[in-house]
Amino acid sequence: MGYPHPSHPRETPVISKHFGDADARTLAGWQSRGGYEVLRQVLATDPVEVQNVVKDSGLRGRGGAGFPTGIKWSFMKPDGKTHYLCINADESEPGTFKDREIMRWTPHQLVEGTAIAAHAIYAETAYIYIRGEYTEPIARMSEAVREAYAAGILGANAMGSGKRVDVHIHKGAGAYICGEETALMNSLEGRRGNPRIKPPFPAVAGLFARPTTINNVETVCAATHVLRHGADWYKSLSSPANPKSTGTKLFSVCGNVARPGNYEVGMGFPMKDFLWDLCGGPPAGREFKAIIPGGSSVPILTPEECETAVMDYEGIQAAGSLLGSGGVICFDDSQDMVRQIARLARFYAHESCAQCTQCREGTAWTTKILERIRDGEGTMKDLDTLLEIADNMTGKTICVLSDSCATPVVSGLKKFRHEFEAKIPKNRASVMIPSVSTVAA
Amino acid sequence: MSLQAMAPGGHDTHEPYTPVFTGLRRAELDELLTRYPTKMAALLPALWMLQESRGWVSPEGMTEVASVLDLTPAYVKGVVSFYTMYHQHPVGRHFVQVCTTTPCNVCGAEDVVNAFLKETQCGELGVTSADGRFTVIEVECLGACGFATPVMINEAMVECVSVDSVKDLLAGLD
Repeated sequence: MGYPHPSHPRETPVISKHFGDADARTLAGWQSRGGYEVLRQVLATDPVEVQNVVKDSGLRGRGGAGFPTGIKWSFMKPDGKTHYLCINADESEPGTFKDREIMRWTPHQLVEGTAIAAHAIYAETAYIYIRGEYTEPIARMSEAVREAYAAGILGANAMGSGKRVDVHIHKGAGAYICGEETALMNSLEGRRGNPRIKPPFPAVAGLFARPTTINNVETVCAATHVLRHGADWYKSLSSPANPKSTGTKLFSVCGNVARPGNYEVGMGFPMKDFLWDLCGGPPAGREFKAIIPGGSSVPILTPEECETAVMDYEGIQAAGSLLGSGGVICFDDSQDMVRQIARLARFYAHESCAQCTQCREGTAWTTKILERIRDGEGTMKDLDTLLEIADNMTGKTICVLSDSCATPVVSGLKKFRHEFEAKIPKNRASVMIPSVSTVAA
Repeated sequence: MSLQAMAPGGHDTHEPYTPVFTGLRRAELDELLTRYPTKMAALLPALWMLQESRGWVSPEGMTEVASVLDLTPAYVKGVVSFYTMYHQHPVGRHFVQVCTTTPCNVCGAEDVVNAFLKETQCGELGVTSADGRFTVIEVECLGACGFATPVMINEAMVECVSVDSVKDLLAGLD
């Protein structure tokens, strides 16, 4: 549902069905809503069968990358080694706040999903890594885990299955980069949160150098519903036009919009209807100027580009951006895009782990240049320099933080170049550089 | 995800150090250690325990954490300095973090920061007020973008803070 707003008739609330219902937070409340029945069945099922159902459903990772979940699980083989599951609840992508609501309102939904995923990958131990700022979600999750242990749902003999399932809550300490899966593992091991070079991939040598799967909060919750109702049911929730994006997705909507909040819709939902009918369009008396559809790391779209887009992995890509984490950031016509893109760059400069030169230097210089353009002290040459730096930051580093900083700069310069040029003093423009034509994307 | 509080203030840092990990806290740490295959993995939780008990992560505290986890103080400092939520200096009794990242920024978060700086009489970001009550910082994305502007005051997240609500919010604090 569109928490904090009432559910819209065009939503398909599956994961968000009980948002806003405090009774669903307790173990008794969750069980009275059918909770933990799927876990009971799954624990008695061969993990390969569990993986196959999720494979058939077409469920893809909801953290941003969109990797097929069943396939990811199938990388984990019964090899006799200790396996680990990490649940990525470090939700730090600006514009994204869906996992927060899952954990605040339905902590047992995540405990159940975690235990199911652990079983599916032959793991006895799962860690839920929650960002340190999420104090309420941490408290809710800790209480849910405590209740689940006390009821014998977790522990040495989970639900009487004879199988051990341990789930631990691990609190982060303030670092965006720890949402990157290898940085998350380093952080969990008690190290600085620097991303690791791949290979080895986590399924080979991950947490504590053991085979590891890292799943997003929403992903394992979705998997629970898939296993309860079946792969065909899950596929029926999304537009039949695109079988590559199935089920529902939680979209977080924020910025300059009439009704910010979380909305769960079937994949393939028309973006125009989403922005206007569900979210109420821009604030009264305003127009949309720009929309970032998938968290701050994806290309910026113009309202025209959103007109015909559909909200699934392929649909948003066709419109020129990415579905990412589903964080929809809206900008209205009162916003100065140079100022806002500079602010985004500052975010990435602050959050760079500084391992890779292109990222450490690139994010810092991008911010410096954008801020001087913002302050009316830029030159036309700066616009070319920004693109040159962005090129150096793309595809050249251990993780994609660097790319994420370059993306809004490149798309912003392409689509709102007139705003950048308007900030550059005319005389300096003609003196510094006589011929600046179009922007290469 | 915060800018590190920059100035020490309000606390006497020259008191003799008394260990944190004794009695109940030692037992809590021992329980934590059973959750991980290595002692090092308990480092972040141990640092949280230290900060919760002392208000900040002092050099002496880092040395104690290093010794209980069989690490070196230099290693612990290296980890502490990576994460922005560990205070490496004492901060005000109420540590106020205002999110100003883009989604909140477009909703007027910078005005909210300025209102906090004025009402707390901190004047500047990262500086503790003369009475030791407040430290105000800008923070990067608190993950509550739909509830702009979210503000964290110590452990409590307050949603939808506006310039007009700052005064009332502060009035409820000691």
